[in-house]
Amino acid sequence: MGEFLQVTEQCSGQSFRCKAGQSVLKAMEQQGLKCVPVGCRGGGCGFCKVTVLSGDYSCGKMSRVHVPPEALAQGQVLACRIYPLTDLIIECRPQQPAAGHMNEHTTTKAMR
Amino acid sequence: MKKGVMRPGHVQIRVLDMDEAVKHYKDLLGLVEMDRDDQGRVYLKGWTEVDKFSVVLRQADEPGMDFMGFKCLSEEVVDQLRGELVEFGCEVEDIPEGELKDCGRRVRFIAPTGHAFEIFATKKQTGKWGVGNHNPEAWPMGLEGMKATRFDHCLLYGPNLDETLDLFRDVLGFELAEQVIAPDGKRVAQFLTASMKAHDVAFIHHEEPAKFHHASFFLETWQDVLKAADLLSMTDTSIDIGPTRHGLTHGQTIYFFDPSGNRNEVFAGGDYHYPDHEPVTWDAEELGKAIFYHDRALNERFLSVLT
Repeated sequence: MGEFLQVTEQCSGQSFRCKAGQSVLKAMEQQGLKCVPVGCRGGGCGFCKVTVLSGDYSCGKMSRVHVPPEALAQGQVLACRIYPLTDLIIECRPQQPAAGHMNEHTTTKAMR
Repeated sequence: MKKGVMRPGHVQIRVLDMDEAVKHYKDLLGLVEMDRDDQGRVYLKGWTEVDKFSVVLRQADEPGMDFMGFKCLSEEVVDQLRGELVEFGCEVEDIPEGELKDCGRRVRFIAPTGHAFEIFATKKQTGKWGVGNHNPEAWPMGLEGMKATRFDHCLLYGPNLDETLDLFRDVLGFELAEQVIAPDGKRVAQFLTASMKAHDVAFIHHEEPAKFHHASFFLETWQDVLKAADLLSMTDTSIDIGPTRHGLTHGQTIYFFDPSGNRNEVFAGGDYHYPDHEPVTWDAEELGKAIFYHDRALNERFLSVLT
């Protein structure tokens, strides 16, 4: 089809195009953006959790620990496992405190 | 002091979708499917392994590791160690013969890190897949993907590393081959071996118990690691990091994820350990180099993405 849908991440204001059938996270990565943290890309680790504020999408399988049914009902999903059906507005949850200062630094804090 | 624990015998991994998982572990990693059971679990192994299976996949709604099992020399060893586990303060559970197909009784216990482990001594031996042990050829035809030779070890994240070392060293006879020490003297990573291998199981300190970092599979050469990386790109599989070399154990490695987000490693080479070897020690300040010897910096994903 070649149809593109627009995904906008509200906190960063960044927008990117997503092909029909492509996951939101993959589309973001392909366009070199980092507004959603990238983890396992398999619905398992919960790293890329976002809230969908508007738009329709289909879902792949996600760990129930990170996306229990009540969260799913509120649009709290994993960006690696959602496939837009319309343009979407998403919001990336605030970074976990532990995750913020780990990258690049060789620090023991990262391990504890 | 060795006490009759031989090697990692099996790992049971939870997957979100069995068909996708089997495709990954069989077609991409190159494990051989050996059996399925009435619970829907799928049994696989690397072609060099003599026992019938080493990887068990179970479909669940949360990925991660159910348990890791170590094979012991004899049922007497299992009885002896069972007693010592109880004495140590572990709650043990007796899993009857046949709960895993073609596997004898297992004794399950929870380590202070929160992970479930098992010891067992009996499992059907089907021999090395495709070659056997009588005038064997160098390798069998018909292997797929990365042609992983064996399930090698797991790296697990959890609390209480000191108590866990006590358990594995004093009760089960593992040795501390390698460690990472923080400036305050606290051990934040420990690589344990029951053999000559650089590690049979490893732990990194993490507040949340019972987390699964990766299951690792052995390849023969660096060229095989490079070709594994090629296959990951060919199949658009999620890569974590690599190909690179570890400082710790000095293995040549690549990390990637199965379709449920469980991390896998394939690696080649690496150090060896004898009982008279002092543990190799890395300072936590050198952690970047210890984990990724060439980048000399950690990626955040490696430390925090777990199932």
